[in-house]
Amino acid sequence: MNQSVKTPLTKEDIRKLKAGDYVFVSGTIYTARDAAHKRMYEALKEGKALPFPIKDQIIYYLGPTPAREGQVIGSAGPTTSSRMDRYTPDLLKLGLNGMIGKGKRSEAVLKAIKEECAVYFAAVGGAGALLSKCIKASEVIAYEDLGTEAVRKLTVENLPVIVVADCYGNNLYESAVKEYCIDME
Amino acid sequence: MRTIRAEEITENIKEMCMEANIRLADDVRCRIEDGIKKEESEIGKQILGQLVTNMEIASTESIPICQDTGMAVVFVKIGQNVHIEGGFIEDAINEGIRRGYQEGYLRKSVVGDPLIRENTKDNTPGVIHYSIVPGETLELTVAPKGFGSENMSRIVMLKPADGEEGVKNAVLETVKMAGPNACPPMVVGVGIGGTFEKCALLAKTALTRSLNVRSTLPHIEKMEEELLLRINNSGIGPGGLGGRITALGVNIETYPTHIAGLPVAVNICCHVNRHITRTI
Repeated sequence: MNQSVKTPLTKEDIRKLKAGDYVFVSGTIYTARDAAHKRMYEALKEGKALPFPIKDQIIYYLGPTPAREGQVIGSAGPTTSSRMDRYTPDLLKLGLNGMIGKGKRSEAVLKAIKEECAVYFAAVGGAGALLSKCIKASEVIAYEDLGTEAVRKLTVENLPVIVVADCYGNNLYESAVKEYCIDME
Repeated sequence: MRTIRAEEITENIKEMCMEANIRLADDVRCRIEDGIKKEESEIGKQILGQLVTNMEIASTESIPICQDTGMAVVFVKIGQNVHIEGGFIEDAINEGIRRGYQEGYLRKSVVGDPLIRENTKDNTPGVIHYSIVPGETLELTVAPKGFGSENMSRIVMLKPADGEEGVKNAVLETVKMAGPNACPPMVVGVGIGGTFEKCALLAKTALTRSLNVRSTLPHIEKMEEELLLRINNSGIGPGGLGGRITALGVNIETYPTHIAGLPVAVNICCHVNRHITRTI
């Protein structure tokens, strides 16, 4: 099913999303990848605030290429989500509601997605030029010294993603592959 | 003896880094377009369609195809009658990478120390492989490698008794483990034989061969075709979201090995299998 969501992403929005749905995301989202997650995790451990209010937000696992003159952002596709798995359950507990990335998640993350009523979307890996067209504004809001890994606040319009893990415990990576698997033996 | 200036190497490497990240070779593009016709899954067809549109946008607007513009892998074949003047070849290559990633608005994805992890901010150093060949030309291949797929690559030291089936299973297992993480449809580079490190290099080299060129060894050509078929029966599909087109091609390179060994390296690449070659 095709759906559209606007951020902030509420629990009510999330309950309408099912694994396999094609979703167009609009509104404000935040980027963070490996190094930013590590810093956010350390900030939390030290009792400091996160660089943005995380409740009902979506994090896009992205490290873009630099923008040319006149461009909002460079190539902007998803990076592999599993590297953030170690930090994700804690962020979900703090109210993070959605993640955009690509690839498998750990059991702990999938469990937390279900328990906390969150959602994991996949964007198409390697379609960074296409996805950059949906980004209308980009601003570095924290950890500027990390370069491409800095935290950015993005304004997106109809960013195309697919629901992989929904709040009901469904995981498209498992179900869809079984459907098309003929036999590898 | 022929003299080549270091600056000429730098200029070529710069241009190649920029070009490789914006335009894919036709072999990959044709396979993706062909895949749209063959794909059975609707989501799969949509994803492959997005990849074609993505390549068009990248090429017309000079935006990198993928935001992971890779670590620059460079293969250098130096004719033994070539003399390089005006600087050390490795510095010339790294300077080319530095300029290419800067002027091409490419992402700087290299950290100087694997544990301290501070970004070098200019994407150097590259990973450079040299070989000396007959003649008086210099052949440069630039193959920027993204790490979503690099991370899913694997090397296994099989026993000779594992034979052909063991090799096939190692490849299929690696692809299965890679699944959606490696941005399928993938290109699979396989090295068989040699030693531990030679085998890995063979797999990387295999990724730089056109998908339209099959191995010249009949038994290896057969294995390439069989593996592609079996990988595409895995169900992983485009984006790992189910479907038929899991891989665009399987390229295998081999080398003599020891009586006691059968090394196999599987270097997974996403569909953004960038490589470009120039001869000076």
